Amino acid sequence: MSDITPDEIADLKGLNCPMPVLKTKKALDKIAGGKILRVDLTDAGSKSDLPAMIKRTGNELLEMTEAEGVYTFFIKKKEG
Amino acid sequence: MSEDQTKRMAIIASKGSLDMAYPPLILASTAAAMDVETMIFFTFYGVDIVNKHKYDSLKVAPIANPAMPSPVPMPNIIGMLPGMTAMGTAMMKSMMGKINWPSIPEMMDVCLEMDVKMVACTPTLEMTGVKESDLVEGVKVGGAADYLDFGLDANINLFI
Repeated sequence: MSDITPDEIADLKGLNCPMPVLKTKKALDKIAGGKILRVDLTDAGSKSDLPAMIKRTGNELLEMTEAEGVYTFFIKKKEG
Repeated sequence: MSEDQTKRMAIIASKGSLDMAYPPLILASTAAAMDVETMIFFTFYGVDIVNKHKYDSLKVAPIANPAMPSPVPMPNIIGMLPGMTAMGTAMMKSMMGKINWPSIPEMMDVCLEMDVKMVACTPTLEMTGVKESDLVEGVKVGGAADYLDFGLDANINLFI
C-alpha cells in the first residue's frame, strides 16, 4: 500500500488500450491543479502508455505499483 | 509543455473496413489525450468511418486476408463463399467484445469529444453520392489542401 492519499480514484480495471489513457486524461481534466489522482488498471500496456501521456501533458507521476495484476498509478495534476 | 510547443498529428484514413477503422481513431484519441492537436482526413473508403448510416456496420473480409484469425485452418478460397464476410465480421466483433473494446461509433464520440478535427474529403463525397448530412455530426468537409495545410505543420503524418 502506498502512503500517498489521493483526492480522486479512477477504477479502470478490465479496460484495454486506448481506454485507460483516455479515461485517465478525462479524470485528470476534472480535478484541480495540484490534486492527486489514483488510477487502478489491469492493462499491461498502460505501464508505458500512461507515463508517456502523463509526461506529455505536463503532469507528474508520483508512484506506480503493481500487485496481483493490478497496476496503481498516483498522478499529480499540474498547477494552473 | 508550453503553448508554443503544441505538437500536431495528421492522419489520412483511406480504408473503410472494420479492422482499418480502428487505428486512426485510436491514435487520434490517444494523441488528443496527450495534448496533441490532431486531424483525421477521411478519403475514399475511409469516409465510411464517418458515415452515420455505415459506421456501426463496418465489415472485415476474410478473403485475401491471411492474418485473419480463424478457429479452424481455412483455405483462402472459402472466403469467397456467401456469408463468409458476415461470419468474419461477427467473429472479430466477438473478439473485441471479449476485451471490452469500444465500438467504432463510441470511438468516434471519444475523438469528437476530445476535439480531434475530422474532415471528410469532398471529391469522395461527390463521387459516392454521400451528402454532408450523412456524416456524423461534428465532421467537416474539405479537400487535399485542407489536409496539407494542417499536415505541413504536423510532427506526425500517417497514411492508413
